[in-house]
Amino acid sequence: MKLPPLHHNTPATLEEALDLLGEHGDEAKVIAGGQSLVPMMAMRLARPAQLVDINGIASLAAMEDRGDVLAFGAIVRERAAEKSSVVAERAPVLAEALPHIGHVSIRNRGTIGGSLAHADASAELPAVAMVTDAHVVVRSRRGERIVAAEDFFVGHFTTSLADDECLVEVRVPATLPGAGWSFQEVARRQGDFALIGVAAMVALGGGGSIDTARICVFGVAERPLRIRTVEDALAGAAPSPEAFEAAAADAARDLEPPSDVHGSAAYRRHLAAVTVRRALTAAAARAGVPG
Amino acid sequence: MTDHRANRPAPGVEIELVVNGATRSAATEDRVTLADFLREGLGLTGTHLGCEHGVCGACTVLLDGEAVRSCLMLAVQARGRQVTTVEGIADGDDLSPVQLAFRESHSFQCGFCTPGFVMSTVALLAGNPNPDEREIRETLSGNICRCTGYESIIEGVLLAARRNVEAGLPG
Ligand SMILES: Cc1cc2nc3c(=O)[nH]c(=O)nc-3n(C[C@H](O)[C@H](O)[C@H](O)COP(=O)(O)OP(=O)(O)OC[C@H]3O[C@@H](n4cnc5c(N)ncnc54)[C@H](O)[C@@H]3O)c2cc1C
Ligand code: FES
Ligand code: FES
Repeated sequence: MKLPPLHHNTPATLEEALDLLGEHGDEAKVIAGGQSLVPMMAMRLARPAQLVDINGIASLAAMEDRGDVLAFGAIVRERAAEKSSVVAERAPVLAEALPHIGHVSIRNRGTIGGSLAHADASAELPAVAMVTDAHVVVRSRRGERIVAAEDFFVGHFTTSLADDECLVEVRVPATLPGAGWSFQEVARRQGDFALIGVAAMVALGGGGSIDTARICVFGVAERPLRIRTVEDALAGAAPSPEAFEAAAADAARDLEPPSDVHGSAAYRRHLAAVTVRRALTAAAARAGVPG
Repeated sequence: MTDHRANRPAPGVEIELVVNGATRSAATEDRVTLADFLREGLGLTGTHLGCEHGVCGACTVLLDGEAVRSCLMLAVQARGRQVTTVEGIADGDDLSPVQLAFRESHSFQCGFCTPGFVMSTVALLAGNPNPDEREIRETLSGNICRCTGYESIIEGVLLAARRNVEAGLPG
């Protein structure tokens, strides 16, 4: 499989990249790690005439701890974040999700920003962005937008990015001390896209009851879903096995996952209930609920 | 033999990179992958192409020491970088430790997947001279072999790792 004809642009600054995107519109695509875009070009699912390669833009390379958020420039590799002790300590749910993505050689090139911009419905990082209430910073010649994850993901392979916009930074809120988290997925083999996955967080309030719970399920719909009705129901409840069992059943009931060769909708719904229960239990244990 | 380079459009750009320690330059087109450039532009056919869309790992090379899939990069993106292919790890006729361990462990049958497994293993052991079996399996999950059933490949990596320990490398 050879790639379609293309012109490879190597802007040295973000401004140059934004000019190229503004000029070429839907003829152009940003290339970050290329781990999703190049396969799509090989299969002619994408044929951008102009590639805007952001890998040479030094201002997009930083990974920073800013206290309340960790900021990842658009060319920070998945593998670099996975190896970072700061990420492990301050955004542990991200650290736990990263090794599920493909394989080491994919993560050596693939970027956090690229995974969010690609917005595969079965991808791990969009779910992490949703469960942490992350934001993405988006730039174009028209200006800057800071978009909440909830508003960024529109559908499978679809985000609110316009043709002339470049994602420049991903801001992941640091986990509050005392909050527990969990990331769980079911895939047929290491590195496969998930049949279903769940990212969850649990924080305890006074008296040992649940203060806040967050649940994001992915691989079951066009985009990762926060299950807010169940989150609300858990707030104030005791973190018991029964509460998590009931929450998991409630969370799974309304899902309408796809049926395909990898699994039926009913099977995926079953996996959703099991995985949500496990994720909540593990998150609560990390928040200090005795096992 | 037909030369499949004959009816290609004239290559447009000259690029320079360091391949297996030597500076190489050749003309290419923007759309050519690093894998095709290595094989057809530089004649280094040790890097194999199985799927050409990132799934099989046969095309794995080292880019500045890290394992990457050369079918998922453009050759022009490797400008000025250090690329190591399977041709670059032996010392003349002396096989590298990973190659020796693979040979002794029968870690291949047809050998098509072998360059990719070898390069993934070289990168793994460079980062961790003595990985456990779980880490080996996770790392090599990105490489597909249709012949061996993988067990002999894992044994080859474990043998290379054991020798690292015997040689006093940390891990
Ligand atoms: C074999 C294999 C297995 C994989 N398994 C998984 C998996 O299990 N889970 C998973 O989540 N992913 C998986 N991936 C995909 C991988 O994680 C990609 O790295 C990631 O999805 C995209 O990141 P990238 O930097 O490579 O993006 P690219 O491929 O460079 O870009 C992807 C898309 O996003 C756009 N884009 C990228 N960066 C920006 C930006 N800064 N601004 C605007 N648009 C941008 C591009 O234009 C393109 O449309 C796999 C890939 C392969 C080849
Ligand atoms: S040929 Fe590159 S991964 Fe298969
Ligand atoms: S030895 Fe034949 S594919 Fe691996």
